[in-house]
Amino acid sequence: MSTLFSIYKREFTSYFVTPVAYVFIVIFLFMTGIFTFYLGAFFESNQADLEPFFRFHPWLYLFLIPAISMRLWSDERKSGTIELLMTLPVSITDAVVGKFLAAWSFTAVALFLTFPMWITVNYLGDPDNTVIMASYIGSLIMAGGFLSIGSCISAFTKSQVIAFVISVVISFMFILSGFPMVLDLFQGWAPQAIVDAIASFSFLTHFTSIKKGVIDIRDIIYFSALITFWLYVNVVVIEAKKAS
Amino acid sequence: MSEAIKVQSLSKSFGPIHAVRNVSFDVSHGEVLGFLGPNGAGKSTTMKMITGFLEPTAGTVIVNGHDVLENPLAVKKSIGYLPEGAPAYGEMTVKSFLNFIADIRQLTGSNRQKRIDEVVDRINIKNVIDQSIETLSKGYKRRVGIAQAILHNPNTLILDEPTDGLDPNQKHEVRNLIKEMAQDKAIIISTHILEEVDAVCSRAIIIAAGELLFNGTPTELIAKSDRKDIDHAFRLVTTGKSEENRETAAP
Repeated sequence: MSTLFSIYKREFTSYFVTPVAYVFIVIFLFMTGIFTFYLGAFFESNQADLEPFFRFHPWLYLFLIPAISMRLWSDERKSGTIELLMTLPVSITDAVVGKFLAAWSFTAVALFLTFPMWITVNYLGDPDNTVIMASYIGSLIMAGGFLSIGSCISAFTKSQVIAFVISVVISFMFILSGFPMVLDLFQGWAPQAIVDAIASFSFLTHFTSIKKGVIDIRDIIYFSALITFWLYVNVVVIEAKKAS
Repeated sequence: MSEAIKVQSLSKSFGPIHAVRNVSFDVSHGEVLGFLGPNGAGKSTTMKMITGFLEPTAGTVIVNGHDVLENPLAVKKSIGYLPEGAPAYGEMTVKSFLNFIADIRQLTGSNRQKRIDEVVDRINIKNVIDQSIETLSKGYKRRVGIAQAILHNPNTLILDEPTDGLDPNQKHEVRNLIKEMAQDKAIIISTHILEEVDAVCSRAIIIAAGELLFNGTPTELIAKSDRKDIDHAFRLVTTGKSEENRETAAP
């Protein structure tokens, strides 16, 4: 068994031996329900699709994903287990990727448990299931983006609270970068290319296109590059200040 | 006796603080090296550098022929390490924790379960095997830490205060364990308990304020004291200069 998989297995099972997993899943399901039926006006829209369900995922992830990722490295620092982990024959990359994949799988479990929503919409109407499938994949990939930010930030501090707050702020910037309130700041003076570049960093822009049922290779590349970048920084941070 | 650990002019500074200055020593297989020194002397820092957790500011560490900076994974594979305070994943049970270590150490086949059983038996943690580590007493936690360090039967062991928090009987057991293992392993232990040095160590090193002050057998250390008392000898070595100064300065 590779060390990456050993780390993955340990991390993934550790979610379920503490109440964290259950609390998270219940809250996630509850919140998706509220957003879909009240704010999303699922029934009133009278359309057989899950757009009102997926529309709020970026906003839910904004707060819920940092709640998962904050402990990834902060906890290791705080409890001193980072010294154990880093003196076992494990490469830092394996440890970072193993932890990340475990957290990502856990969000996949939470996302999977929203399947009654999918069943409901099929019961009530005749939705385009390929669009829904694409939206699920898009949502999961976006969750990976949020997680990679959170994992990296948690490597900086032994305080989970600080990790949470900073991760939320950075994730918020990634969501907002496609919005007029951010773009207007640059519109007046910056060249159009820069404004476009900033807009293209937005999670929303990329998620919206996937949500329409089109899994564009550019969106996949965007999220893969984003995840790779943050995990790379994560490795560098652990390497440089594992003992401090 | 072959050389297991070779520490050469090792130094570590944290900003303006020199935690370890120019420390050199060797440990061979079959030797138990006692690492002594006041709190904050640089014992743990030195151990962290040997195990590859901290990077030295200067100097080299060679463990079983591998340079810790050039080939850290090979070094980490060949040693067992009990970090200060015996950190472990609190939410895991002792059993799942040892299984995790066995996974990482890539113990496979029939040898794996056999080795886990042996260690659990030897360290005497069978009765807490299904308890989560955070619910254990300090002594048990320490023993789980030792179990973790010796699980893959490494030929080099580094134990940072292995008997801290143990009751007298447990201390006795751990000392016997160390003596037993010493026949074919190179072992470094750090301790504040001086009689432990006499009881288990074949050699002792004293460092204070990051500097190596003594390197010799426990008998040689005791011989430094005219009262033949190891505590007195330790005080002479670590505070020696200032005491002499005081004596000469006194009217």
